[in-house]
Amino acid sequence: MTSATTNILVCGIGGQGVMTATEILAEAAIAEGHDVKKTEVAGMSQRGGVVTSHLRFGPRVLSPQIAPGTAHLLLGFEAAEALRWMGYLCSGGLALVNEARLVPPVVELGLFAYPEDPLGSMRKAGIDTVSFDAASIAAGLGDLRLGNTVMLGAIADHLPFSAEVLLSCIVGRFAAKGEKLVEMNRKAFAAGRSAAAQSGSSTHAAA
Amino acid sequence: MAAAMPAPAQSRLLLSGNEAVARAVWESGVKVAAGYPGTPATEMLEALSIYPRDDIYTEWSVNEKVSLEVCIGASMAGSRAFCAMKHVGMNVAADALMTLTLTGVNGGLVIAIADDVGMSSSQNEQDSRTWGRFAHVPILEPADSQEAYAMVSHAFDLSEEYLVPVILRMTARICHVKGIVRVGERTAHRNLGFTKDAERWVMVPGHAKRRLPLMYQREQELKRLSDRSPLNMLEPGADTRVGFVTSGPAYMHVRETFPDAPVLKLGMSYPWPLEKARQLAGMVDHLVVVEETEPLLEIELNAVGIVAHGKDALPRIGELAPEVLKPAVDRLLAKESAPPAAQSAQAPVFPRPPTLCASCPHMGAYYVLSQLRNLTISGDIGCYTLGAGHPWNSLDSTICMGASMGVALGLDKGRSESDRNKRIVAVIGDSTFMHMGMQGLLDMTYNRGNITVLLLDNGAVGMTGGQNSPANGRDIHNQAAPRISFPKLVEALGVKPERIHMVDPYELPTLFKLLREETKIDDVSVIITNRPCVLIKDFKPLQPYFVDEAKCTGCGNCVEVGCPAIHVTRRDKVVKASGKEVELAFTRIDSAACTGCGLCVQPCAPEAILPYAQPNVIAIQPVSTDQP
Repeated sequence: MTSATTNILVCGIGGQGVMTATEILAEAAIAEGHDVKKTEVAGMSQRGGVVTSHLRFGPRVLSPQIAPGTAHLLLGFEAAEALRWMGYLCSGGLALVNEARLVPPVVELGLFAYPEDPLGSMRKAGIDTVSFDAASIAAGLGDLRLGNTVMLGAIADHLPFSAEVLLSCIVGRFAAKGEKLVEMNRKAFAAGRSAAAQSGSSTHAAA
Repeated sequence: MAAAMPAPAQSRLLLSGNEAVARAVWESGVKVAAGYPGTPATEMLEALSIYPRDDIYTEWSVNEKVSLEVCIGASMAGSRAFCAMKHVGMNVAADALMTLTLTGVNGGLVIAIADDVGMSSSQNEQDSRTWGRFAHVPILEPADSQEAYAMVSHAFDLSEEYLVPVILRMTARICHVKGIVRVGERTAHRNLGFTKDAERWVMVPGHAKRRLPLMYQREQELKRLSDRSPLNMLEPGADTRVGFVTSGPAYMHVRETFPDAPVLKLGMSYPWPLEKARQLAGMVDHLVVVEETEPLLEIELNAVGIVAHGKDALPRIGELAPEVLKPAVDRLLAKESAPPAAQSAQAPVFPRPPTLCASCPHMGAYYVLSQLRNLTISGDIGCYTLGAGHPWNSLDSTICMGASMGVALGLDKGRSESDRNKRIVAVIGDSTFMHMGMQGLLDMTYNRGNITVLLLDNGAVGMTGGQNSPANGRDIHNQAAPRISFPKLVEALGVKPERIHMVDPYELPTLFKLLREETKIDDVSVIITNRPCVLIKDFKPLQPYFVDEAKCTGCGNCVEVGCPAIHVTRRDKVVKASGKEVELAFTRIDSAACTGCGLCVQPCAPEAILPYAQPNVIAIQPVSTDQP
């Protein structure tokens, strides 16, 4: 039963929209007829702390938790966080990572160091890593809050169902808020897809 | 939150355990629901508050004890009642529970207690199943959202059939896990009304003595029921080397890890089914109890002669996830196992502890406290517990809700000769003060303490997401409600009017001066801060600031404020004329995150932090020179 289950770990920091993104992925999996479980540690995490959201779907999901070494996809909203959680990927798993570096006060105070090149470290560790600058893409589209949809666009072509299913779940969320917002999210989704596709091809070309 | 039409029956919804419980509470015809916010329980009441108000009354109570008492009254009145709290909330409510178990219930009464197994947001990891044994009441434990939904109606039926309060034991891994739930219809509950019966409801010793045997008799009946209950399932399996007794989310972890093992799945985990446990023991070579967190079942099984492993093989602490179970059972079977899994699959990256938000008014208080010397500071439970962290390192204790008050008085009265000149400060938030701090302050004034109380009033229960309370004058539905006046309240509790101060926590010099003065006075002082939590609608963001690079001298004072919007762009070292080496940190402000509180502006010596729009203002100036 485990082999038929898809495991996606979404990570980032509190306030980035990790939980909402995972919820939309969960909705898409439900629309495809899967059993779904989604779990995260909430509470203090919303104060700029580490957030991970586990999503599992398949014919029947038992434990909601992804065991280390068993995630098929890692969607990283922040570079160092993706590095932190890369051990959750299974061999052959894929990491899709926003290049943004969000530096916490403990680093600014000089108590700890932010890794020089987190994405380079991931690739060095043998992780198939697709990276892109979701924040710049979102800013280019006119609203930083679109970063979440850019991230979902990036993972869309790596799911066991079509990207359109995921897009329709995003559109469904914004439908009530007007056509303009729907259109902006469509653009962000498309931009995320193409950013991941471009990054992906260059990674393989280098390898 | 506006009331919305509940999803129609038979809908398949993606619900968290908390949301599933709320739906089922509404469907069960519950009339009164009360609770105090606390992770991971908060969303049960929050979700209930959006169901039609004609169907169900919901309230944020000021603490868990009051919430349970409200539910006891509603049950006496004949209504079904529901109470939700986090695990430590029951410590506060236990006084009510321990007598409620004698009176029993009239309308069904279910108490959902959410344990923070793994301690994501709590000060301890206590196991609420213990209350079943202590109060002699049944414990139901769901394993996912669908079960949580289904168990609620079962719990109300059980409560009314046996006239007993029923505990629904949740854990964070039920509360905050979303799964698919098929929901049903609401059934109105028939209220038979309250019948005066002093021997039943007035628990003086004479009456209570007659209730005790009934309580034990009820427990025996529930024990027999447990073996018949469909909530307790003995699932056979082909691999009989190890059989498992388990409950709650641990059941799912066991099923995931050992798909072919026989399992006794306890939905009603207290009283537990003796015959079914014996049956399982007869089927397998080894019996392992997988329970989060105390070895309750393990001890009880062994006590009746059923040999069971438990904490000898499994960790005593935290969640029993698949990656924990597999190696532990392998070791038990003395199998060649993979080397013990590392404590964590996390790569060694810097820690990212939770922080106070940009513009959080608590930052002002902690910045000042961190600059004052010779203080001992007792803290409390809330966002402001983060003041114990960097860069402020300003708290010397955190125990439980309201403890800052009593602990401060004890630090004052019990001080050693060498601490004679130490000044004692207690830091507490508005909601925590109303929850359990008021009594402590009264004790402090009555017993003539020498303490400065910093009452951080941000008008919200911040840590759990900014819920309403008497501090902001809004009820659970965001409707206007009576608002408490803290100056009047603390005066009524015995603080002299001249020792009560209201202060803007963004005004650092005022706060600094007040704290320094009040801590010198041998009396109880209360300093009340008055800026709202940045997560609630009362907060109005101001113009952001930026750092003028040309003026920044790299002193790093702004970094010491602890704001997450301040970032270091460059570090340097200089040797002063005195020969002393000084580290420099040049900074920038993330204008997207800054909301203009101005806390960082005040310690900036070179006045390098300016309002973000300043460059534009300068650019516009030439135009104004055209004017005569």
